[in-house]
Amino acid sequence: MASIPDIMFFVVTFLAIYIQIFFLVTFMDNRNKLVTRRGQTKLASYPAVTVIVPCWNEETTIFATIKSLLALNYPKDKVNIILIDDGSTDNTWEVIKKFVGHSNIKIFHKENGGKHTALNFGLLHTNTEFVGCLDADSLVHPECLVRIMSYFEADRDTMAVVPSVVVYNPKNMIQKAQAFEHFITVFMRKMHGLLGAVSVLPGPFSIYKKKVFDDLGPYRQAYNVEDTEMAYRMQKNHYKIDDCNDAYVYTNMPSTLVKLYRQRLRWIYGIINNIIDYRDVIFKKKYGDFSMIIIPSVIILMFSALYMFGIGVYHLLDFIISKIMKLEIIGFHLSNYFSHFDMFFVPARFSFIIILLVYFFIVLVSTLGRKMVEDKWVISFDAIYFFLIFSFFAPFWLMKAVYNTILSKKPVWR
Amino acid sequence: MIQKQIDWRKYLIVFLITLGIFLTASYASNYFSNRKINELKSIQDKIAIDILSSETQFSLLTELSCKNISDSVYSPELGELGSKLEWSRNNLGVTPEVSYLRKYYSLLQIKDYLLAKKISERCGVKSSFILYFYIAQENCSECEKESLVLSDLRDKYPELRVYSFDYTTKLGAVEAMLQIYKIKDTELPALVLDDEVLTGFHSVEDLDARIVKSFKLQEKKSINKTNS
Repeated sequence: MASIPDIMFFVVTFLAIYIQIFFLVTFMDNRNKLVTRRGQTKLASYPAVTVIVPCWNEETTIFATIKSLLALNYPKDKVNIILIDDGSTDNTWEVIKKFVGHSNIKIFHKENGGKHTALNFGLLHTNTEFVGCLDADSLVHPECLVRIMSYFEADRDTMAVVPSVVVYNPKNMIQKAQAFEHFITVFMRKMHGLLGAVSVLPGPFSIYKKKVFDDLGPYRQAYNVEDTEMAYRMQKNHYKIDDCNDAYVYTNMPSTLVKLYRQRLRWIYGIINNIIDYRDVIFKKKYGDFSMIIIPSVIILMFSALYMFGIGVYHLLDFIISKIMKLEIIGFHLSNYFSHFDMFFVPARFSFIIILLVYFFIVLVSTLGRKMVEDKWVISFDAIYFFLIFSFFAPFWLMKAVYNTILSKKPVWR
Repeated sequence: MIQKQIDWRKYLIVFLITLGIFLTASYASNYFSNRKINELKSIQDKIAIDILSSETQFSLLTELSCKNISDSVYSPELGELGSKLEWSRNNLGVTPEVSYLRKYYSLLQIKDYLLAKKISERCGVKSSFILYFYIAQENCSECEKESLVLSDLRDKYPELRVYSFDYTTKLGAVEAMLQIYKIKDTELPALVLDDEVLTGFHSVEDLDARIVKSFKLQEKKSINKTNS
C-alpha cells in the first residue's frame, strides 16, 4: 500500500504538472496570435497618456528612468510625466528638479506615505484618458508605450495592459537567476492575458484607462502590493486586462540575497493576504479562469514548493548524516568518493522521473518566455542559478510570509 | 465589463494529458526497474555457473594437485551483486522479485562460503571468512555502522570474504545457519569469524586485529600441515 508521503507527492506533483500543462496548452492554442514586433509601431490615433513616477530614495536610478520616458516613440505633447518625490531622504528631489522646464513634466514633493499614496496623489493630477505608473528603478524601451496603446486600439473593452518586465543588465548569479525567472513570468503573464486572467499590474509601466480608477476607486495600501490588489479588484469587477509581450521594461533587480529575500517576502506576504481578502472569488465560474486556475495555482505552487523543500531537506539531512557516520567509523578514503560509474545506480524511480519533468517544464517555459521577448531560441544556463537560488531560498521567504500572515506581522518595504 | 466563460473541455483535455504523462512516467519507471531486475538475474546466473564450475573443479582437484587451482574459483561478482541488491531494496522497494533475488543471493553466498572454505583448508589459500548477520527492515543503526566497517575491511584485505545475511530471510539454509551459530534477533549485528560468534557493534580496529590473527592462525596451520 502507498504511504501518506507517497500519496502527498503524487497529488502535489499532479497538480503542479496539471498547471504547467494548462499553460502550455493555452500557448499551443494561441501560438499563431503571438507576435513579437520589430521596428516602429504606428497607431491610427495617439491618445494622451499620463505616466506617474513615484520616487522614494531613488537618486541613483531616477535620472535614467525619466530620460527613457522622454525617449519614448510617442508624440511628446501626448505624454504627461508626473514625478512625485514621496518624502525621500536622499538627493532624489534635487535630481527631479533638473527636469523643471520640460513642458510635459510636472514635479511634486510630498510627505512620505507609501507608494500607493504617491500614486493616488498623481491620479488627482491626471486628466487624460489613459494613465500609467512607472517605478523609478525601471527603464522603458522606446517602443513600449506605442505597442501597449496598440492593444487598447485593437480592443475597446481592454481596460489595462501590462508590459514584459525583464531584468536590466543582470550581472551576478542572483540577478541572472531572476533574469531566468522573469522570462518565466513573461510567458505566464502572456498566457494569463490570453485567458483574460492577469493577476498583477506591475509597477513598471502598467497602463490603465483612467476610467478604472474613476469606477473602482484609487490604489489601496494592500499589504504593500497595490499592483496585485488592483488586478484582483479589476478581475472581480470583470474589467479586461491584457498583456503586451513585446513592450519591454527593464528593471533593476536585487543584487544580494538579503535584498532579494526582503523583496520576495513583501511580494509573497502581499499575495497571500490579498488572496485571503479576495477568497470569495475562488472557484466561482463567473470570474473565469482567474478564479478556477490562476488563484488556485498560486496556492498550489506555494504549497508544493514548501512540500518539495521539506522532502529535499529530509533527504539532504539523511545524506549528510550517513556521510558523517561513514567518516566517523572508517575515516576518509578517497576511493569512497570516486567509485566507478555504473548505469545500474542511476535512479529510475517514478518520483525521480516526475521531478525531472517538472524541471524540464520550467526550463521550457522560461525559454518560451525569452523567445517572446527576444524573438529567438536561447537555452540559458542561468537556469542553474535559478534552480540553486530559488530551490534553496524561496521556501524561506515563503515560510516567513506564512508565519507573518498567521501573526499579522507586516514585512518592511526594503 | 466582460463576461467570462470557462472552457471545461480544455480542463478535461489538460487532465487527460497530465494523466497520460503520469502513466508514461510510471511505465518508464517500471521498465527501468525491470531492466535492473533482469541485470541482477543475469549476474546471479553467472555466479551460479561460476560456483557450479568451481565445485566441479574442486571435485576434480581431489584427484589432482592444489597447484592447478586458479584464482578464478572465487566469484568476484558476489560483492557487486550484494551492493546492487541492497540498492534495489532501498530504491525499487521490497518487491516480490527483489525478495526472491535476495533469497537466491543468500543461497549463492552459502555455497560460495562452503566451497571457498574447503579450498582454503585443503590447499592453504590465504583467506579469512566473516559471516555477517543483520536486520534490514527494522531500524538497526548498529547494523548500518557494522556494514560500513565490513565494506572498508573488505577493501583493505582482498583475501577477506564477507557473507551478509538478513536475519529475516525466509530460507531454510539461512535459518539453519542462525540455528548453528545460535544468533538471536536481539543481538544484531552478529559476526562469525573463525567459528567465534561476536555480537553487537565491532569497530574497524577490533575486527582488523581479529582478521590479522585469523590469517596468522591459518599460516600456522598450513605450516603444520606441510611439516606433518
